Amino acid sequence: MHTHRTPRSATGSRPFVWTALVTLLSMFVGVVVQAREAAPPSVQDLRWLNRVAWGADAQSIAQLSRLGRRAWLEQQLRPGGDSSLPAALQQALATTPGIARPLGEVLADVQAENQRINQLPNEIDKQAARQARNQAAQQARYEAGRAQLLRAVYSPWQLQERMTWFWLNHFSVHADKANLRWMMADWQDHALRHHALGKFEDLVWATVTHPAMLEYLDNTRSAAGKINENYARELLELHTLGVDAGYSQADVQELARVLTGMGVNLSGKAARLKPELQNAYVLNQGFEFNPARHDSGSKKLLGMHVQPGGLEEVRGVIERLARHPATALSISRKLATYFVADEPPAALVERMAKRFTQVDGDIAAVLRMLFDSREFAASLADGAPVRLKDPTQFVISSLRLAYNTGEGNGAALFNNLRPVQGWLSQLNQPQYGRITPDGYPLATATWANPGQLARRFEIARAIGGSNSGLFNNDDNTSMAPTGFPRPGGHLYYSVWQQLFSPDTRSALEKANSQAEWNLLLLASPEWMSQ
Amino acid sequence: MTLTRRELIKHLSSLPMLGLAGGATRVLSAPDAGETRFLLVFLRGAVDAANVLVPTHSSLYYEMRPTIAIAKPGSDPAASVPNAAIALDDRWGLHPALADSMLPLWRSRQLAFVPFAGSPDLSRSHFETQDTIEAGRSLDGPRDYGSGFMARLAEELGGGALSVSFTDGMPACWQGATGVPNVSLKAYGKAPFDDRQAELLRQLHAKSAWAEPVNEGLQLRREVAQQYEAEMQEVSRNAISAKGFELEARRMARLMRERFNLGFIDVGGWDTHVNEGGATGTLASQLGKLGRGLAAFSQEMGTAWGNTTVVVISEFGRTLRENGTKGTDHGHGSVYWLLGGSLRGGVIAGQQVDVTAATLNQNRDYPVLNDVRSLLGGVFQRLYGLSNERLARVFPRATALDLQLV
Repeated sequence: MHTHRTPRSATGSRPFVWTALVTLLSMFVGVVVQAREAAPPSVQDLRWLNRVAWGADAQSIAQLSRLGRRAWLEQQLRPGGDSSLPAALQQALATTPGIARPLGEVLADVQAENQRINQLPNEIDKQAARQARNQAAQQARYEAGRAQLLRAVYSPWQLQERMTWFWLNHFSVHADKANLRWMMADWQDHALRHHALGKFEDLVWATVTHPAMLEYLDNTRSAAGKINENYARELLELHTLGVDAGYSQADVQELARVLTGMGVNLSGKAARLKPELQNAYVLNQGFEFNPARHDSGSKKLLGMHVQPGGLEEVRGVIERLARHPATALSISRKLATYFVADEPPAALVERMAKRFTQVDGDIAAVLRMLFDSREFAASLADGAPVRLKDPTQFVISSLRLAYNTGEGNGAALFNNLRPVQGWLSQLNQPQYGRITPDGYPLATATWANPGQLARRFEIARAIGGSNSGLFNNDDNTSMAPTGFPRPGGHLYYSVWQQLFSPDTRSALEKANSQAEWNLLLLASPEWMSQ
Repeated sequence: MTLTRRELIKHLSSLPMLGLAGGATRVLSAPDAGETRFLLVFLRGAVDAANVLVPTHSSLYYEMRPTIAIAKPGSDPAASVPNAAIALDDRWGLHPALADSMLPLWRSRQLAFVPFAGSPDLSRSHFETQDTIEAGRSLDGPRDYGSGFMARLAEELGGGALSVSFTDGMPACWQGATGVPNVSLKAYGKAPFDDRQAELLRQLHAKSAWAEPVNEGLQLRREVAQQYEAEMQEVSRNAISAKGFELEARRMARLMRERFNLGFIDVGGWDTHVNEGGATGTLASQLGKLGRGLAAFSQEMGTAWGNTTVVVISEFGRTLRENGTKGTDHGHGSVYWLLGGSLRGGVIAGQQVDVTAATLNQNRDYPVLNDVRSLLGGVFQRLYGLSNERLARVFPRATALDLQLV
């Protein structure tokens, strides 16, 4: 067997390696450190981090050891802004054009280009221009996805990132519809991440007033007397109350009337309206409320009267839906399905729903209850039913482990995220690629399909290989070879090894190369499970 | 060289892990030669139905397609018009690119077409209509995005269904199915792992919760790789090698013959907005490949072809009028194909109208007169003897359309 791992003698110097690392990390981690003896994490701690974060890594392990679970969780529930991100990540996000530009400007350019193309005199030129426009839109979609993946891998605010994904999935849109590819960066950053741990009511409102959602679910085509019910139905069924909450087809129709006038304005030019309607008109970064398209009659929703009042009327109805007990229950159940179990314990869901209502939809407070619960602890215990990581969790946690993110602040970040997007697509969970508005299933059993598991092994090999392309230039030309990643790095023997069963360890002993060792580690049942 | 079923089972049972898992695993099951097999082929991108099954009776078709129409067959069959449609009856003709592969099947009554078929979904959006079709629910009934009709059919057939999806991922029609393997046959070459590594991976999961699907997944990939190696040997003996969909179809047939009885595959490349071509060109080339693939599939199935039914569908048809870029845009009604060794084919089946200005849907495309759910429902009732009640669990609120073809 080759000496592809840290030499065995390293196990003997565990305390030294551990203390030195924690000291080193505390120098740049930038968190408030309580006076507390650092202790190496237990298996339970690793599982706990693997569940709360996108996978434990050197940085989160060091933080957890200093702070303990409770204090670490408190920091995660109140994430800092982008200025608190590591400099290298800030820099990487800044090199993503289109992220920093206001959505209104981006969309106005798209609209101007559409008009220019339509006025081209011949079909051949039109086709060429359409192709170029399509490529630019693909690039915008790639860059949004790249930023999302870089944050998931490198952001110290791991729970915020997991919740951003959770809401991207809850308010799922398909980027290939209409002009949505141009909107994805703004959608994930401003509508979702910004409210990911805030008030649910504000989060829903951010989606109700975002052109991505209004376009995806056709509300921009709905107007007084020409109703499209699509968005109203999903808002009730998928986004708020939940499928069996007892609302009727009449409620769907009434909500659709409430939502009329909420639409998309690409050009950024305000509609010309009669003077008496002008005051009620709103135009903001591609979102438009047009009172001339709004049904100004009175409505009755869920047995209650809705006072006509333009955009304020819509806001009032959204507040009512966001605060509804059925919403508290359905959001709590979904959170518990994502973090605890495919069939979450009813008692936990009920307590969370009660808390949701008490704290007026404060998502952080509901999550605090979830992570503090005995049911969550029980789901991490030895002998608890195993849960397969979903593809995104598998890929991101494996990247964090393989490349030991957070182990030093001098290491280069991934530059080319196309391979990662490819892996997610191959595993059937492409970014912004769920066609139906229900998002990917959260029950982990969904992903235990024979073809998918075999494919997962191939992707484990690619992640652990030396030629994954993650450090390539943006035009996909290759940088200097980076060699094989060394999963766990310095922490493998002192921290990680305890996670793996004797059977897995003995399989690892049979590896005859670093590549094979990496494959077997990432393909092991302990690593594939949450 | 391909493995016979007996060789395959012998081979499988020699693998140590399978011994541990016992004889009741899915891996060891194989359909009997006489067992009913069904394959659904989904042409994603909306194939131009009017240039597959040409409405040779329609003067409107020829008016609306100045550059891409397929010429009428000559009135004298002896003096054939070059590149013309092949007359199937006095109203419809076949695209000439399908003549070599499909005409023999048509003449032996193993092929039928159903024009004006599709979903009532009028969104004309590829993904919305594909999704509507794959969900298999009525537009006015309750929805359940987590459930596709192939998954519900497999569930209805219980242990009798040996299902497979010949796709990279699991498409919407299989949503909600458990344990259905997917394997794309497009690009597979060598086995992803050598025997030693595959064995290490198997051992790694021997006691895990996913031992069985891991086992089956690795096994399926190995079989596909063995096919590939056999194909390579044939090539090195100077046999003509199949390419593209024909190669995929042959691989698929071997798996359907030996291992599975309920399959799905999708084929892309039909969204012909630009330079579609007529008797030759882009679409003709695609159709040629499709036809050769389907013919190869029927041959490779061997005796099992007699119990096999294939239905070819697409999300919608295209505009009857050609557009400004010598192509066609999104339309409505399509044409579906039925193939099978025991089909009572050689007919143009289902509800039909003449293609005229009066019968066009919204002055642009074919109407849908044969609902996909009714059509497939009728096929499933015939194949599997499903009662109306059981069929309603596959296609809720659908009325089966019995075309008496299978």
